[in-house]
Amino acid sequence: MTDSKYFTTTKKGEIFELKAELNSDKKEKKKEAVKKVIASMTVGKDVSALFPDVVNCMQTDNLELKKLVYLYLMNYAKSQPDMAIMAVNTFVKDCEDPNPLIRALAVRTMGCIRVDKITEYLCEPLRKCLKDEDPYVRKTAAVCVAKLHDINAQLVEDQGFLDTLKDLISDSNPMVVANAVAALSEIAESHPNSNLLDLNPQTINKLLTALNECTEWGQIFILDCLANYTPRDDRESQSICERVTPRLSHANSAVVLSAVKVLMKFMEMLPKDLDYYGTLLKKLAPPLVTLLSAEPELQYVALRNINLIVQRRPEILKHEMKVFFVKYNDPIYVKLEKLDIMIRLASQANIAQVLAELKEYATEVDVDFVRKAVRAIGRCAIKVEQSAERCVSTLLDLIQTKVNYVVQEAIVVIKDIFRKYPNKYESVIATLCENLDSLDEPEARAAMIWIVGEYAERIDNADELLESFLEGFHDESTQVQLQLLTGIVKLFLKKPTETQELVQQVLSLATQDSDNPDLRDRGYIYWRLLSTDPVAAKEVVLAEKPLISEETDLIEPTLLEELICHIGTLASVYHKPPSAFVEGSRGVQHKRLPGSAGSGESVDSPDTGSAAGVSEAPPAVIPSQGDLLGDLLNLDLTPPTTTGPPPPTSGMQMGAMDLLGGGLDSLMGDESEPPPIPLRTDTPQSPQLSHQSPSPPDYSPTELGGDLGGNPAMAAGFGAPPAVMPTSFNAPVSGGLDDLFDLGGGVGMPMGSYSPPKTVWLPAMKAKGLEISGTFARRSGVIQMEMTLTNKAMSVMTDFAIQFNRNSFGLAPAGPLQVLTPLSPNQSIEVSLPLNTVGPVMKMEPLNNLQVAVKNNIDVFYFSCQYPISMLFVEDGKMERQVFLATWKDIPNDNESQFQIKDCHLSSDAASNKLQGSNIFTIAKRTVEGQDMLYQSIKLTNGIWVLAELRVQAGNPNYTVSLKCRAPEVSQSVFQSYEAVLKN
Amino acid sequence: MIHSLFLINHTGDIFLEKHWKSVISRSVCDYFFEAKEKAGDPENVPPVLQTPHHYLITIYRGKLFLLSVIQTEVPPLFVIEFLHRVADTFQDYFGECSEGVIKDNVVTVYELLEEMLDNGFPLATESNVLKEMIKPPNILRSVVNTLTGSSNVGDTLPTGQLSNIPWRRAGVKYTNNEAYFDVIEEIDAILDKSGTTVFAEIQGVIEACVRLTGMPDLTLSFMNPRLLDDVSFHPCVRFKRWEAERVLSFIPPDGNFTLMTYHVSSQNLVAIPVYVKQSISFFESGSCGRLDITLGPKQTMGKMVEGLTVTIHMPKTVLSANLTATQGNYTYDLATKVLVWDIGKLNPQKLPNLKGSLSVQAGAPKPEENPSLNIGLKIQQLAISGLKVSRLDMYGEKYKPFKGVKYVTKAGKFQVRT
Repeated sequence: MTDSKYFTTTKKGEIFELKAELNSDKKEKKKEAVKKVIASMTVGKDVSALFPDVVNCMQTDNLELKKLVYLYLMNYAKSQPDMAIMAVNTFVKDCEDPNPLIRALAVRTMGCIRVDKITEYLCEPLRKCLKDEDPYVRKTAAVCVAKLHDINAQLVEDQGFLDTLKDLISDSNPMVVANAVAALSEIAESHPNSNLLDLNPQTINKLLTALNECTEWGQIFILDCLANYTPRDDRESQSICERVTPRLSHANSAVVLSAVKVLMKFMEMLPKDLDYYGTLLKKLAPPLVTLLSAEPELQYVALRNINLIVQRRPEILKHEMKVFFVKYNDPIYVKLEKLDIMIRLASQANIAQVLAELKEYATEVDVDFVRKAVRAIGRCAIKVEQSAERCVSTLLDLIQTKVNYVVQEAIVVIKDIFRKYPNKYESVIATLCENLDSLDEPEARAAMIWIVGEYAERIDNADELLESFLEGFHDESTQVQLQLLTGIVKLFLKKPTETQELVQQVLSLATQDSDNPDLRDRGYIYWRLLSTDPVAAKEVVLAEKPLISEETDLIEPTLLEELICHIGTLASVYHKPPSAFVEGSRGVQHKRLPGSAGSGESVDSPDTGSAAGVSEAPPAVIPSQGDLLGDLLNLDLTPPTTTGPPPPTSGMQMGAMDLLGGGLDSLMGDESEPPPIPLRTDTPQSPQLSHQSPSPPDYSPTELGGDLGGNPAMAAGFGAPPAVMPTSFNAPVSGGLDDLFDLGGGVGMPMGSYSPPKTVWLPAMKAKGLEISGTFARRSGVIQMEMTLTNKAMSVMTDFAIQFNRNSFGLAPAGPLQVLTPLSPNQSIEVSLPLNTVGPVMKMEPLNNLQVAVKNNIDVFYFSCQYPISMLFVEDGKMERQVFLATWKDIPNDNESQFQIKDCHLSSDAASNKLQGSNIFTIAKRTVEGQDMLYQSIKLTNGIWVLAELRVQAGNPNYTVSLKCRAPEVSQSVFQSYEAVLKN
Repeated sequence: MIHSLFLINHTGDIFLEKHWKSVISRSVCDYFFEAKEKAGDPENVPPVLQTPHHYLITIYRGKLFLLSVIQTEVPPLFVIEFLHRVADTFQDYFGECSEGVIKDNVVTVYELLEEMLDNGFPLATESNVLKEMIKPPNILRSVVNTLTGSSNVGDTLPTGQLSNIPWRRAGVKYTNNEAYFDVIEEIDAILDKSGTTVFAEIQGVIEACVRLTGMPDLTLSFMNPRLLDDVSFHPCVRFKRWEAERVLSFIPPDGNFTLMTYHVSSQNLVAIPVYVKQSISFFESGSCGRLDITLGPKQTMGKMVEGLTVTIHMPKTVLSANLTATQGNYTYDLATKVLVWDIGKLNPQKLPNLKGSLSVQAGAPKPEENPSLNIGLKIQQLAISGLKVSRLDMYGEKYKPFKGVKYVTKAGKFQVRT
């Protein structure tokens, strides 16, 4: 007899029949009927119509029947709240039952019924159950507090359940302790700043004792909780580590990983010369390796975490390379992760093995995997110098296979190898050129063009090669177009005589026929450089490039530290801080690793974030394609600057900007005699450029050629500016920045403050026929409340007046509501009401809530609406850079909150422009690893300053905004404005 | 914590859903279906997916997807472990974890899920505890239940729930007291073209079947515990004693359980029991290829190698295989392009060989990839690592139990590259 019988339907109508059976006198028949109902429910059928009949079966002494009815109740109570109340009595009675199983079941089920009326009745039984003599009931009640908190947080606090829950941490039963910890952790997640889990040495001791005795799941909760504790000194740290280590041998991989997290974190505090430190390192390797023999899903999560661990402490797994070798039947997601870790672990000692493996992988079936393997070979070459030669020859072998995607991938990595070891492997260029025609992917084409341009002097037919690309210029992707432009300019500077036509062609293609501002601007800059001073152009464009460094895609040290604190969580799988993506956890506290015992760096230094990032000279990284600024000058990076206090904007990009602003100006200004600039009528005048310099001069190739050939005086005169540029970036910075932003602004963006579309504030049926819809706008510094009043009643309306309740920012009408003519039926009128901010202030919930009363000849009507807080951003909200820096540091980190804006497809400059329209001012910008960071300031009408950091990753439509403000409660609304402005 | 669970079959139908908090619409699974579509092979669906409001964590077991929906930051391993535990429990209760049996036992399944998780927190996941609360179905009981009107649901608090040993119930009684231990070792290895070992390790597990009356306290010791440096234990094992004396001391759960898993990775300790001589080649023209495989014994420690199989995933363009096997049979599945050669016992005097031609789709280019060989094998009465149990002692009870230890070695992920 199987349950599938419950699915058979009869002709007469299932519900009808079930109803009859539920009301049967026979117990057995009743139970069978409830089972049928449950079976239907599990497959998603709607059986809510049977609610009263099922609830009638609840009063029974048959436990199975009772449980079944409870199952039903939990599912449907929400849709039938009035009916659910019928069940309350039985629940309350069951909470007094002598059988602890029934008491627990009742309190557990009640917590699952998400109906307000029921939760009221839940409080008393819950209070009793929390103090029940039976630990089974107590542990169930502990979880119930978390449930209740989810439904009605205020009630839980008012009733003092949180304190009772905290007391349970000291319970004698380890299971109760574990559940109390779990419940508190869950509650704490929605209250980031409440000090719910107040950890002190006594509670830690209790937790450690419970850890040994509770179930595997309880151990996970306790370990995760322990990881939040910061030990007082290295001795306490060591003693906790000692008590946690046995968990590494647990069969449950989640327990193992949580234990690894605790150990990784507390290890930071141990002095490195301690014997125990070494022992601990040794103990960490075997459990991590064991995780890799588990099911593939577990392996995946483990590998993502190992990726972090390897970056933080490579020594742990340095001898375990082989376990990461890819097996033929690993799922693709495991293969890709293993490959990543193999490269991280690659060293001189094991490179031979690794290369042999990678070569093997490059002949596999899966395209993604093969590509990654080829790329990995290139990374090995860059990482382990001794292996470079072997890597290059392996790559050449692969190119010989002529498999299209392998060839393209190989060319991309060979480009990087050239940049790491210049003048060493250029002999392979000939082989690369043979494959020119087969390249159809932008990245590979761009790489090839870069190679041709960079080594133009060694490639006899470089001009032909580049010319062949030029034919389809407009069909190429931006990446290729930019490379082609730079490549041809390089070629021109190297072989000026034969290539004048080519360079002219590409410059006009880029500047006149392209809609892409990046391309156009780059074209103009080259054009101007070439026409004003070819020698300087040569020095800039052909400047010696710094070598790229070994490690690519390393996680930023501060982020890595934070992620190490989150080992085993979703954050560790996504390699993003939890605040970046976990919904509902507003302003999650950023976790930091505790400082090591010896080091003087204190943990609570508020600015470790940006300071560490810059002053430790982050490893130079191959820039992604989005890093246009750096690329523009072929200065993919400048040497790490160590001068002065680390500003939030790194020196690197500032150098580049200065070059454009100050450097270029001086290039122009230094001309003793302004060159005659015949204005070409057919050159499109770009207004955004004109303030900076004259429009592109008509340049004549012959003149240029002559200049290049022999004008030593010019060369001497212009040798200086480029040499100065990387060092002095402080003074002219803002000028350069402004220019750049203005440049970007010319794309044709409508300026002006963002105003949301009108929404209905007061529906006609609530206001005797008066309908009000409206919105807010800020026009030339004045806040306007714009309303459409519609008369949907039968009679004429007159005598309108308006009043506001006290509100958070003191908004008040600056004048009376101007509705002069009576409003006849079916007529609408548009009214604009100017507002000021000198009214009485009272904090509202939400902050931007506004309660309004509107009166007319019929009655007084009330409604509330929410204004976008961006209405309150004033025009003089641009902070000085130095002030910004100081303020940013000064505001405690607790006040920082992070938000994510999804699906925004603007470039950082366009975003900055848009925001500026709403009085969100960009003060500085820097680019790190293809990520643009905009630093912005906002001032509210009441003088509150909000500082923001907007992070934009090229190609990623998700932006991250971090807001810092002395009044953190405004952050949420400010963020909403950001989202609204950017998305409209 | 875990919010909801959806069970989905491999064709993409949701056939069961369970919510532990509020109800989440099953449309959330669309993101999963999208990913499944993209991955092609069900094995390749990424286990952690991000959707605008939720996270989906999935496992794939026995042609079923168990998909859990979570909303807050939860350790993903915790979720995955739990899902596997759910699948294990179904297996334990119904003999297998498949769509058929779950549909046949849908109410029991629902009751189990309710018992295993409360508000997303695991409640009772030990098979012993669950079985006391919800009796597994069997024919006899359902007959008895129908006659007497009694139920499958226990109405007393399970004894294991709160004790320090939640894995064992009180009052266990047997007429025959017995304890069996199976030491099972799997060899994971990658051999390259020339037969050199690229990578090899042993995954070992000790499965136990203990039916002992009362509260026995067992101690299992090994002849050579030094072999084991990387172990993970069932919660019942006392870790302190292992650290100090290298013995396994524990009060066992009742019935079947995994006592420990271990792994031995030092290369020199891993014996490779067979060697493979192979050549698979495709010709540039003529749309055909040749295949020639011979297997022979290598380090078998004097034992018989049984259940020998060779599985090859052929390139997509291979249409058919015309081969002769000196021993066993071969099959070539046209749809999946998998060649399986089932050999059976390995006779050292007469080595099995498979030889012949492969026909490739006309006009198709020479396949780029080299197919790997997956070897399956079994050796009875041998733990290839050399691990040996020396004795099993019982304390706490007076009777004399019957004890037994069995060893077996198998091929795990054993692959030969060509």
